[in-house]
Amino acid sequence: MEPDRLLDVSGMKKYFPVRKGVFRRVVGHVKAVDNVDMFIREGETLGLVGESGCGKTTAGRTILRLIEPTAGQMLFRSEELGNGERKVVDIAQAGKKELKRLRRDMQIIFQDPYSSLNPRMTVASIVGEPLVVHGIGSKSERNDRVKELLRAVGLTENHMKRYPHEFSGGQRQRIGVARALALDPQLIIADEPVSALDVSIQAQVLNRLDDLQDEFGLTYLFIAHDLSVIKHISDRVAVMYLGQIVELSSVDKLFTDPQHPYTEALMSAVPVANPDFETERIVLEGDVPSPVDPPSGCYFHPRCPYSEPDCSEEEPEFREIEDEHYVHCHYAEDLELGGLASMESE
Amino acid sequence: MPLIELNDLKTYFYTEDGVVKAVDGVSFDIDKQQTLGVVGESGCGKSVTALSIMGLVPMPPGRIEGGEILYHRNGESLDLASLDPKGKKMRSIRGNEIAMIFQEPMTSLNPVFTIGNQIMEAITLHQDVGKKEAKTLAIQMLEEVGIPLPAQRVDEYPHQLSGGMRQRAMIAMALSCNPTMLIADEPTTALDVTIQAQILELMGDLQDEFDTSIMFITHDLGVIAEITSYVVVMYLGKIVESGEVHEIYHNPTMPYTQGLMESIPSLDVDKGRLEPIKGVVPDPYDVPDGCPFNNRCPHVMDICKKEDPPLEEVVEGHKSSCWLHIDH
Repeated sequence: MEPDRLLDVSGMKKYFPVRKGVFRRVVGHVKAVDNVDMFIREGETLGLVGESGCGKTTAGRTILRLIEPTAGQMLFRSEELGNGERKVVDIAQAGKKELKRLRRDMQIIFQDPYSSLNPRMTVASIVGEPLVVHGIGSKSERNDRVKELLRAVGLTENHMKRYPHEFSGGQRQRIGVARALALDPQLIIADEPVSALDVSIQAQVLNRLDDLQDEFGLTYLFIAHDLSVIKHISDRVAVMYLGQIVELSSVDKLFTDPQHPYTEALMSAVPVANPDFETERIVLEGDVPSPVDPPSGCYFHPRCPYSEPDCSEEEPEFREIEDEHYVHCHYAEDLELGGLASMESE
Repeated sequence: MPLIELNDLKTYFYTEDGVVKAVDGVSFDIDKQQTLGVVGESGCGKSVTALSIMGLVPMPPGRIEGGEILYHRNGESLDLASLDPKGKKMRSIRGNEIAMIFQEPMTSLNPVFTIGNQIMEAITLHQDVGKKEAKTLAIQMLEEVGIPLPAQRVDEYPHQLSGGMRQRAMIAMALSCNPTMLIADEPTTALDVTIQAQILELMGDLQDEFDTSIMFITHDLGVIAEITSYVVVMYLGKIVESGEVHEIYHNPTMPYTQGLMESIPSLDVDKGRLEPIKGVVPDPYDVPDGCPFNNRCPHVMDICKKEDPPLEEVVEGHKSSCWLHIDH
C-alpha cells in the first residue's frame, strides 16, 4: 500500500443470498457491492455518490465490517497502541480482537438522526458509550472528554443530562458526530449525514464537519445522493451504479469533464437553483435494473444513450484513462461528454 | 381573473400543547395555466395550505379560522373555505376539478387494489361512464404518463411498480378527470434525481397538453428554479417573499430567502464556505412576537421584535415582508 493512503480497497464484493421456498433454498444473489476498487488518502474526503439501491451504504458498512464482505481486500493503515507506530492490516481478515481495536480508528455517522440515537439514554451516556466499551479513562476523565466533544460539535455541557427527543434534527446529528469522534478515529464514514435535514440546518452540519476535519485531521468517506453536497465537500468523487464504481476522479475533473455516460446523465438531471441556468437535460429511460439479475456486459448499457452492440456482451474494465481518473466504460475516450463547463449560465 | 385566490387564509390546529398557527394570513393568486412554486422548510405551512384548498384539513384538531379560498369557474366564484368539506359540492370539485398528488407514492396508493382499480374509482366517481369505458380511459391515462405496457400494468398492484412508476400512476389518477388545477406536494422528493428528471419533464408536457394550473410545493430551490414561473416563500405559516422566479433568485430581499440561497451548496458556482442561517426554526407553539424570523435574522432591528411586517411590494411584482424595505 502506498504510504499516503489510509484505506485501500480492492475487489470488494458483498452478495446477499435470496432465499425461497419451504427449505429457504438460495435461488440467487443480490449483488449489492460488485467488485469495488478504491482508495482514500489520509486527510482527504472521498465522496461516494449514487442513486438509491446502488450499494453505496452497503459499501460503507462493509468497509467497517458491520456487514461481512463476500470477497475482497480492505487494507487499512492502523495506529499501533502506545508507541504511535502504524501498521497495515486487512480489515476483511481481522479477527475479533483486532476488529475491536480497528473500530477505534473507524467510525460511522448515520443518516437518520432520529433512529440512530437510543431514546432512553442521555446525551452524556450516548457520547461516552464508545469510551466505556473500549475501557478508556476513569469516570471523571470520560466525563471531561464528553464535555470536550460536545463543545467541539457546537453543543454545551448543559445538554449532557438531556435525552435525544429534546433536540432538533440538526442537534441530534451533532450528537451522532460527537459519538463518532469519541475514540479519536482516523476514518469517519458519513452515510448521508445531512439528507434528513432542512437546507438551513444542512449547511450548519456541513460547515461543522469541515471544521472538525481540520481540527482532528480526519479522513472522510462521505456517502450521499445529492451531487451538490458531494461537490461541495469532496476532494475526490466515486460514482456508483448497480454495485460498481463507474467513475472515480478528482472533484473538479469529474464535474467539468466526466468520462462515463452515467455521470453525465446524473449531473444533467440535478435541478440547479438558478432559473437562468440552461442545461441540455439527458433524461435516462427506464429504471435502475435489479441487482439480483444485472444486465449482461456493461451494467449501464440498457439505459446508456451511447451504447454500442458489444456493450451488452463484454463487461468493461475499471481502468485508469488518465492520472487518477478511473472509468468503467469501453468507449470513454471516444465519447464527447458534457460536464458543468458545457452548461452555460446566461 | 385568477383561477384560485387565497385571501388572508388562516388554518389553526388546536392541540393539547397549544394553538399551532400552521397557516397564518396567507394570500396569493394562482392564474390559469400558471405554475406556482411554494417553497419553505419543514413546518412552514406549505402542505397545510394545500390541504386547506382541497378541504382535507383534519378537523378537529384543525380549523380554518379565517380568510377565503376563492375558486373562479365558469363565471361563478366559490369560497372553498366555507364549503362543507364532506358536502356534495366540495366532493364534486375535489379530485375532479382540483386534484392533488402527494410526496410518498407508496403510502398514498392503496396496496390492496390494483392501480387500474384506483384510477377507475376516480373516473367513475366524477364522470358518467361505465366500468368498461372507465378501464379504457385508465389505460389511456397510464399510456399518457409513459407507463410501458399499460394494458398489462393496469391490473398490477402498487408494490409491483417502482417508485417512479408509482408516481406516474398517481399523476395518471390525478389527471384522469382533466382537472383545472393540480396541487403537487413534494411529488419528486422521494425519488432519485434521474427519475425526478423524468417526472418533472412529464409534468411539464402534461401541463402543456391539458392546460392545467399547477401549485408545486417543494423544499428544493433547484426544482423551483427549474419548473415554476412564480414563487412564494413561506416561513412559520406566513409568506415572507413572493415574486417572479428570476427576480426572487437574483434579487432576494427578505433575509430568510437570502439565507436559504446562501446555505445551499450549488453545482453552478463554487461557494467556498456555506453561510447557514443561524439557530433553528422556533417551536410552532411559541412563535416569536413581531416578525417570525427576528430571532434568526442577521439584520434584526427593534421594530422587528414588536411588529409583524406586512407583505408589501418592493419592486413591481415582487413582494417582501421585511422592515428593512418598508418605511416605519
